[in-house]
Amino acid sequence: MKQDIYVLIEYLRGQVADISCVMLAAARELAQGTNGLVVGVLLGHNAQGLASDPLSGSGQWLAADRMLYVDHPALAEFTADAYQKALAGLIKDNMPCVVLFGDTSVGAEVANGLSARLGLPLVSHCYGVRVDGSVLKFVSKICGGKIMAEGALPETTTLVTMIPGGFKPEHGRGAQPPEVTTVASPALEGLRISLKQYIEPTAGDVDISREPVLIAVGRGVQRQNNLALAEDLAKALGGVVCGSRPVVDQGWLPTTRLVGKSGKSVKPKIYLALGISGAPEHVEALTGSEVIIAINTDPSAPIFNIARYGAAVDLLEVVPVLTEKVKQARSA
Amino acid sequence: MNIVVPIKFVPDLVEEMTIDESGAALDRTWLRLIINEFDDHAIEQAILLKERGGGQVMVVAPEVEGVDDVLYTAAAKGAGRLIKLTGDLGNANNHALARVFATAAKDLQPDLVLIGVQAHDDLDGAVGPLLAEYLGMPYLGYVSAVEVSDGKATVRKEYPGGLMAEMEVTLPAVLGIQAAEHPPRYVVTSKIYQAMEATTIEAQAVGELDPSGGLTVDRMFQPEAAERATMIEGDLTSIATKLVEIFKELSVLQ
Repeated sequence: MKQDIYVLIEYLRGQVADISCVMLAAARELAQGTNGLVVGVLLGHNAQGLASDPLSGSGQWLAADRMLYVDHPALAEFTADAYQKALAGLIKDNMPCVVLFGDTSVGAEVANGLSARLGLPLVSHCYGVRVDGSVLKFVSKICGGKIMAEGALPETTTLVTMIPGGFKPEHGRGAQPPEVTTVASPALEGLRISLKQYIEPTAGDVDISREPVLIAVGRGVQRQNNLALAEDLAKALGGVVCGSRPVVDQGWLPTTRLVGKSGKSVKPKIYLALGISGAPEHVEALTGSEVIIAINTDPSAPIFNIARYGAAVDLLEVVPVLTEKVKQARSA
Repeated sequence: MNIVVPIKFVPDLVEEMTIDESGAALDRTWLRLIINEFDDHAIEQAILLKERGGGQVMVVAPEVEGVDDVLYTAAAKGAGRLIKLTGDLGNANNHALARVFATAAKDLQPDLVLIGVQAHDDLDGAVGPLLAEYLGMPYLGYVSAVEVSDGKATVRKEYPGGLMAEMEVTLPAVLGIQAAEHPPRYVVTSKIYQAMEATTIEAQAVGELDPSGGLTVDRMFQPEAAERATMIEGDLTSIATKLVEIFKELSVLQ
């Protein structure tokens, strides 16, 4: 097995995802322990331009020692089966020490399938990696952010899917363009998945990523009727209501108001989290918020680990009182 | 159409979780297990497909405390076959669980396997895509709508940032459900009792588990916050008053 750390560069419609830079930062940490190279792997079709200047024209490059570029018409758009076929050979031929993937709807799908196909171990929800003497360690964030699980990376080639938060994306960018090598693609036949079309996010609603005051509701709101409490507060405070996954899945808020991994990332002046526990897939979209205030009955909720202020009370009880106080302050 | 829904159980996050004496695992003594919520969405999506296009929904679950209730609830919603896998599955990792599900699913000859896209305690991968490989089927995850016609499924897949895509996959296939088209339906207790009378849970013993591909955890701990929130104490009025002060400090309220 070689000492190199591979990173699947994740991008969507020509835009390199931040998680790719997070992974490169993690890869650098590991490579210092293994004395190996950080190798970025980019799959695509007619995407040499992207491979050689992934952060297009920013004057910055991905902080990899080398880039491998695999070109094939079937790789023009992401599908898990084409990606898996293209990567399986590359991994088997090179047996890098570790291969990092985003813990996303792109990376996780590929990594999981490869784990089963190649019989390689897999670490999911990985938050951090570090070198401890001669041992490479992982730490994963599980159980909605309430538990960290730490262990040694297995000694065989290991696939890792990473969540953001443990490494800063800016540490995965560098000032030197890495050398790009084009690698021949294996035959990609018998593919069973195809992209028909992208569906654009619904336009017309407020853009929560631009709103300075966000009143966010989570599972703690309990019933659809109770959303009115958040609406009233938002109106009094001059803010907009948004929510976490469970509330949107219930159909209580439109998907345009979803904050989280599969929704929007937000950067308000104030993010008032009502009945939100703070699961990693929600929290990763909040990092740009100036001040987070959390209201949750569970004092051990992970949201209190990232909030500046918190109160362990029932939102259903405190929000009506708060709305009144805000109204009073406005009219005073 | 045969739709198989394998489900797994996870700790209820509402309950307090503690680490056991080994320091490397959750203390399971008082741990309350519930159905993985994404699997609950997978059951709902399966029932919706059955209602639209016919077929049979078969739910497969490992034997844990409370499994019978979950299976009968699925039957009350419209699942036709309930299969309980018996054996020492309490500590099975996801690779082992996926292999066990694959063996069970093969006998059921699925056209479609619907499964939750992930579970919050996944450590060695998600069950769905592992299962797909063991079955030799394609996998599409982060799915929030499914249509089936002519041996193909057209699905809506979610990408980061609110973008979605319409994808097509040839059947048989495994789909990782992020959210059903409608939230999981509520069933009244009387219907669950009826299902208990009308449906039999088929028990199937599993053979020796194969956990390869899994991980060894050396230590579990609760995350330490770099800077925990300043907690506002007191009655509702004083909390609300303090929050208004904070709003004013931040110039959100003039």
